Amino acid sequence: MGAGHHHQLHLPGDSVVHRLPPQCKLLAVFAFALVVVATPRERLWAFACYALLLAGVAAAARVPPGRLLRRMVIEVPFVLFAVFIPIVGLGERISVLGLSLSLPGLWAAWNILAKATLGVAASVLLTATTEPRAILLGAQRLRLPSLLVQIAMFMLRYLDVIVGEMRRMRVARESRGFEARDLRHAPVLARSAGALFIRSYERGERVHLAMLSRGYTGRMPVVDDLAASARQWGLALALPALALAVWGLTW
Amino acid sequence: MNSLEVRRLAYAYPDGTQALFGVDLSIRRGERVALLGPNGAGKTTLVLHLNGILTAGHGTVTVAGTPVRKDTLKEVRQRVGLVFQDPDDQLFMPTVRDDVAFGPANAGLRGAELDRVVEDALARVGMLELADRPPHHLSFGQRRRVAVATVLAMAPEILVLDEPSSNLDPAARRELAEILRSLDVTVLMVTHDLPYALELCERALILSGGVIAADGPTRKLLADADLLARHRLELPYGFAIPDA
Repeated sequence: MGAGHHHQLHLPGDSVVHRLPPQCKLLAVFAFALVVVATPRERLWAFACYALLLAGVAAAARVPPGRLLRRMVIEVPFVLFAVFIPIVGLGERISVLGLSLSLPGLWAAWNILAKATLGVAASVLLTATTEPRAILLGAQRLRLPSLLVQIAMFMLRYLDVIVGEMRRMRVARESRGFEARDLRHAPVLARSAGALFIRSYERGERVHLAMLSRGYTGRMPVVDDLAASARQWGLALALPALALAVWGLTW
Repeated sequence: MNSLEVRRLAYAYPDGTQALFGVDLSIRRGERVALLGPNGAGKTTLVLHLNGILTAGHGTVTVAGTPVRKDTLKEVRQRVGLVFQDPDDQLFMPTVRDDVAFGPANAGLRGAELDRVVEDALARVGMLELADRPPHHLSFGQRRRVAVATVLAMAPEILVLDEPSSNLDPAARRELAEILRSLDVTVLMVTHDLPYALELCERALILSGGVIAADGPTRKLLADADLLARHRLELPYGFAIPDA
């Protein structure tokens, strides 16, 4: 992972979707995912409609389809897992292109694939239209556990610092002729990982001191006024509401 | 009234290592004082007592008349602005603006008043244009200046800087000196960068072996080669104290 990787998720813009307050978008994505997950896998039409809804959001947010698809590569490990289910699955078998596949396995794979894809696509749209910092402010606004929001905030802030430290350690190893070629070199890498952990832990202590020095008492002060209007809530929640309507209509 | 009074301060770490053996010092309001000492002299330990992060084993610390105690911690931390050596430790919020707002927001400021305080602090260190950047996109010198702004925003009685010139290139070092000189605030600067101490501080203290070993005009202390040698301090090669 390169430095600054997490910034590439965000696609700066000024569309309707970009301008919505982050807490509205967070809740909308969460509700949408719930509706998708609650849809029985046999209702193929419903899934097609959900995909259309997301395509509509992407168009409104002016997120290019190519970018959306590239970001969805993160899903690949799940896809690979899903591919195996029909092959190793039990139950009634059918023959597809000369392969004997399990019918329940096929349904299970479809179930995972369809729901995961829709969920990932919705999340990618959220991160493309919302700065990482704004997502955290939205989470804070939605009263998510303060400690979890703070941990995510520090991860966002210190990822680059830790990746930088990791890179310097690698350079130091390689400068002295180390090259990881096979398993015998694993202990060296393990010790590096341990050292990185201890350095990060110590940095955590120093950051905590700096926070205490500026009056930290366990809660982050909420300074941004992120009030959302009823219209903005309505606009954001239109996505899960339409999905819910589809769910009802295909009953 | 003195900005800072330390009386017979002694401290031992939990493992038993005694770091301070009775430190006495006082700093008048508006003074800029350098605290000099070799590595391991107890400089950082002393600094962590000034805003009550470490609590004295023996002795007292008083900030502008307020003794540092558990019940006064909130007030004391507002009055003592600590700037840590590594700005990455000090700047922990996602943007410069959020970070400068952290202290005053903890003190209860909100809205337009908070904005005004934040912008004023950033303007004093010349970083107002970069307010919305994330800290990791700034140069090291810029980050150190923002670190100074984060404590200036709390309107401290005394600014305590831990090795302010470390890792700065010569231009950034000079810029920081200009900023520190322009501030109308009491400064305690912990350093072993002797020319920087001479440039910025009229008065210097030498902390050595856990006690204050010398206290006087910086120029006079730095001219005393024997004194410096006794406390593992050295002027850089080729450096001579310029005539006043």
